[in-house]
Amino acid sequence: MELTEIIKPENRVYGKPRLMNDNPMHYCPGCSHGVIHKLIAEVIEDMGMEEQTIGVSPVGCAVFAYNYIDIDWVEAAHGRAPAVATALKRLNREKMIFTYQGDGDLAAIGTAETIHAANRGENIVIVFVNNAIYGMTGGQMAPTTLEGMPSSTCPYGRDVALNGYPLKIADLLAQLEGTCLVTRQSVQTAAAVRKAKKMLRKAFENSMEGKGASVVEFVSTCSSGWKMTPDQSNKWMEANMFPFYPLGNLKNVE
Amino acid sequence: MEEIKLMKGNEAIAHAAIRYGTDGYFGYPITPQSEIMETLMAEMPWKTTGMVVLQAESEVAAINMVYGGAASGKRVMTSSSSPGISLKLEGISYMAGAELPCVIVNVMRGGPGLGTIQPSQADYFQTVKGGGHGDYRLITLAPYSVQEMADFVALGFDLAFAYSNPAMILADGIIGQMMEKVILPPFRQRKTEAEIRHESPWAVQGKLKDKKVNVITSLELDPALMEKNNNRFQAKYRQIEETEVRYEEYNCQDAEYLLIAFGSSARICMKAVELAREDGIRLGLLRPITLWPFPKKIIETYSTQVKGMLSVELNAGQMVEDVRLAVNGKVKVEHFGRLGGIVFTPDEIITALKEKLL
Repeated sequence: MELTEIIKPENRVYGKPRLMNDNPMHYCPGCSHGVIHKLIAEVIEDMGMEEQTIGVSPVGCAVFAYNYIDIDWVEAAHGRAPAVATALKRLNREKMIFTYQGDGDLAAIGTAETIHAANRGENIVIVFVNNAIYGMTGGQMAPTTLEGMPSSTCPYGRDVALNGYPLKIADLLAQLEGTCLVTRQSVQTAAAVRKAKKMLRKAFENSMEGKGASVVEFVSTCSSGWKMTPDQSNKWMEANMFPFYPLGNLKNVE
Repeated sequence: MEEIKLMKGNEAIAHAAIRYGTDGYFGYPITPQSEIMETLMAEMPWKTTGMVVLQAESEVAAINMVYGGAASGKRVMTSSSSPGISLKLEGISYMAGAELPCVIVNVMRGGPGLGTIQPSQADYFQTVKGGGHGDYRLITLAPYSVQEMADFVALGFDLAFAYSNPAMILADGIIGQMMEKVILPPFRQRKTEAEIRHESPWAVQGKLKDKKVNVITSLELDPALMEKNNNRFQAKYRQIEETEVRYEEYNCQDAEYLLIAFGSSARICMKAVELAREDGIRLGLLRPITLWPFPKKIIETYSTQVKGMLSVELNAGQMVEDVRLAVNGKVKVEHFGRLGGIVFTPDEIITALKEKLL
């Protein structure tokens, strides 16, 4: 069989989601953001909700998320995305609202907004990308940086005597009455991507069914910040991040 | 028939907000303005007009809720008092940078720091000179009565939406707490989604197939484009300065001396004008209603008529700097103020006038 007979539209089994545009991404090679963006675009598209969805982008590497997914966006101040999303959802109940936040944004400067939006049971989706480092500002320590893990502001590794412990904020959010789904996922393998998409879809459905706040944490890599190749990063994440941030559902109210 | 009610300035704000068709209020308790949220919660407007009222976890969260609501083209507002406004300044700067309309109420109390819960006008600089970071301006309305507290909700929203810029009602503890007669504005409908899409085509309401994506942001990393954005803001600010100046003249026509005062200070100054005139001093009062844009042209006009101006403020001398800039040395301008929550009497103002200018 000739190649031209195989490569034709009717044989296509996979494609770029329609909502992902062709803007060149600013993310580094190996970064998890690109895959997570794609999953969000796919879920919105699969649900047929592109005309009703508003995303809230953070301050951090994903500040430019609005450049890649063709929906309406609001770019929030650092850490305040859950407050912004709260009002968007309460004032526009038929819309589908999500925030997209990194670990510094969600678990350091925005801890209060995150916990209170979740605790009020806001009908929003919080997408939490945890790569244990501040990527955009050049690799500083994050609230989720592992003990002993080096960063530019803890060059000899995180010392708990000096910096305290890495924050398992998803565990904390799972304790709150206002959350209906808190899940920890990853996107380093095809199987992980499929599983993550399923839970992401559940989170978006929850928000439209009025079940409360859904939090989808993605344990992620940051090759540039970690100073590793993409392949090394994935292996390091599996060996070091997963034991401390185990994957799976922390809470899933049916 | 007009319905005359007796209520506090803070309560008037709340009732006026419901009647204006405000979509959302987000606040955090702080004295001396807590009656605004208390009144809204007691009125339960979500059952009548559909207005959302939410007590936020902080002033920071509240202003960012306002940012989110405004981004979707809704009429949203918040209120606080001085220390709480300091916390909101980040969000206010973001809203100015993203060109979002909203109304913010500051019922000022004495500072700095936790200060006092008694009235003050010490946030003049903070409000009209910036406060938050970056080159931005805040449309600032200074009510001097409970009636104006009610009326400026509508005026604030109208100006905010006309210029896509936050507007502040800069009141103080006296205006917020005192009870007066007030005629509340008539009820208006809240905007529908279709009206929002039509009137505020920039608003995030979900991207329709035939429309372009809307992105609300204050971020622009390309310096050439960021300068262009700033130039657009500045052009807008010049236009506001040209067309939106508001002030009131009281016994100014034959005045030899002029008091300049806003808000509660202007109320006290009106009495001082009366007493001075009984004493044979031809005193007038010019009351800026908009603090930004500042009524500099009319003040400059009076600089050739009067022998001196006294800027009377419940602070250590803030607006006086703008008065001096307006007259540019043509006439003597002095300041009289009390600090820390102490309020001057009309007699004290006259004494100060005599000491400093006569």
